[in-house]
Amino acid sequence: MLARDAWREMRGRVVFWLSAVVLAVAVAMAAVPGVFAAMGPNDGCDLRMSKKGPASGAAFGYDLQGCDYWSQIVHGTRASIMIGIAVTVAALAIAIVLGLLGGFYGGLLDALISRVTDVFFGIPFVLGATVVLVAFPDHGIWAMTLVLVLLGWTTMTRLMRGQVIAVRNMDFVEAARMLGASDRRIMFRHILPNAIAPVFVVAMLNVGNVIAGEATLDYLGVGLQYPDVSWGLQLNVAQSFFAEYPHLLMFPALFLTATVLSFLTLGDVVRDALDPRLR
Amino acid sequence: MRYAAHRLAQAVPVFFATTFVIYAMVFVLPGDPILALAGDKPVPDQVLDVMREHYHLGDPLLVQYGRYMLGLLHGDLGETFTGQPVSELLQDRWGVTAQLATTAWIFELAVGVGLGVVAAVRRGGVADTAVLAGTTFVIAAPVFVVGYTAQIVLGLNLGLFPTAGTDEGWPGSYLLPGMVLGSFGLAYVARLTRTSLVENLRSDYVRTATAKGLRRRRVVGLHALRNSLIPVVTFLGVDFGNLMAGAVVTEGIFNLPGIGQQVFQSIQLQEGPVVVGVTTVLVMIFIAANLAVDLLYGLLDPRIRRARA
Repeated sequence: MLARDAWREMRGRVVFWLSAVVLAVAVAMAAVPGVFAAMGPNDGCDLRMSKKGPASGAAFGYDLQGCDYWSQIVHGTRASIMIGIAVTVAALAIAIVLGLLGGFYGGLLDALISRVTDVFFGIPFVLGATVVLVAFPDHGIWAMTLVLVLLGWTTMTRLMRGQVIAVRNMDFVEAARMLGASDRRIMFRHILPNAIAPVFVVAMLNVGNVIAGEATLDYLGVGLQYPDVSWGLQLNVAQSFFAEYPHLLMFPALFLTATVLSFLTLGDVVRDALDPRLR
Repeated sequence: MRYAAHRLAQAVPVFFATTFVIYAMVFVLPGDPILALAGDKPVPDQVLDVMREHYHLGDPLLVQYGRYMLGLLHGDLGETFTGQPVSELLQDRWGVTAQLATTAWIFELAVGVGLGVVAAVRRGGVADTAVLAGTTFVIAAPVFVVGYTAQIVLGLNLGLFPTAGTDEGWPGSYLLPGMVLGSFGLAYVARLTRTSLVENLRSDYVRTATAKGLRRRRVVGLHALRNSLIPVVTFLGVDFGNLMAGAVVTEGIFNLPGIGQQVFQSIQLQEGPVVVGVTTVLVMIFIAANLAVDLLYGLLDPRIRRARA
């Protein structure tokens, strides 16, 4: 019921369709980059063309290595989209399990979970991630995902726990209990569907934040490393040359911002649809 | 009072656990820092032993951590592997970062709340739409993109602000970096203020105040706004710690010699003691800010104080 109402609400809004289209394109670029890009990643580069601006045959110009910038940017989509979604799904799973356990059982278990959450919540993101990533220099996309999950599961867990506590004493939960439902059934069939909506919204917003965070680490030089291709890495290279060659900074920044913006907007639209009070 | 004591009792173990996690992470950094000191030259075993002994590198992790915490009690943040006290190394740098974070914070508070109020009062109007669109954009754009764009447009092209360094002192040199650092939080503050105020403006006490014949300015400014600022205060408190820690990127862009820059260099040079020192202090600031917010929260809203105590 709620989902159908929400859908009716959302499909009437222009921003919903705008961000949906941007995200569909981004996901397509991440899934089948070959369809969009003329060249493979780090392929067909010509150092003589290094940093040249947009020209015929290369609408986005060339990067530092003289690779076709448009192709490079298309190939950079995959890192951002995959990390953004993988981190959020993993963090959401952790949040659901820990939030349900802590919120439902309370007592010592809850206190323990809450304090561990506080500990990880207190670690500054950029510093914490940098320390771990420097400790393991040969990291690829999956190691990055792990680090971002480690530092990023706390907000959703806190929210989930609060939601569970708000729901657990409601009449329908008592009714299920009296009918003899097991704890697990009560948690997953009765509490979860009634507690998940705000957490789900935060998860959508979180995809955007994770993508921005990953790009920041790449930009600082501690994230993904050269043969990998990502928007953050392109911005890392661009920082030394942007005054003379603005296209190096502009194009990856544009793609990055558009993707993050679309995830955030989508999250906002979903929240408005689920909770009409906030409109 | 009991509420305050309860919160304090919770914060203490969190402080130790967080700093321990960081200490342990830095501890597993690969490479031998003593060998790294000597560069390519071979180090005699005796020297190695003396150095290891001096820095207690042979002790178990927990013992090292315990010793570090004891030192911290009298303000000793340890020593770098070149023998310089960490606190001395950071002395001049704290000021830069604190000034930067404070500038950003004031900017968030003043402009963020202002924009939020304007948007809420004219809900659905042009100003509201502009604030909503603008803040979404600022939240979406990574801080270094905002930073470079501001540096090029406002600094280089228009010449309104100095582009790098701290030559002009506070506030001149800190205005532009402060705005960039605070832009993300500003957008959040504006949206929080708007949402919260919109909700409160519909409540019964606002209708009563209006019905009594109070002027609009007084109803919004005194009655509704005060109740709306509770979530904003929470965010601003927590965000001060974030600003100090998030200064790494901004300090890099604008070449400000703060702790962010120092810590970033130290991580890459495997100077563990500096990283731990800075992060420990940051965690302390962060936890203290959280605690202050919780206590303030209790003061602002008696329901919270009574419900939890």
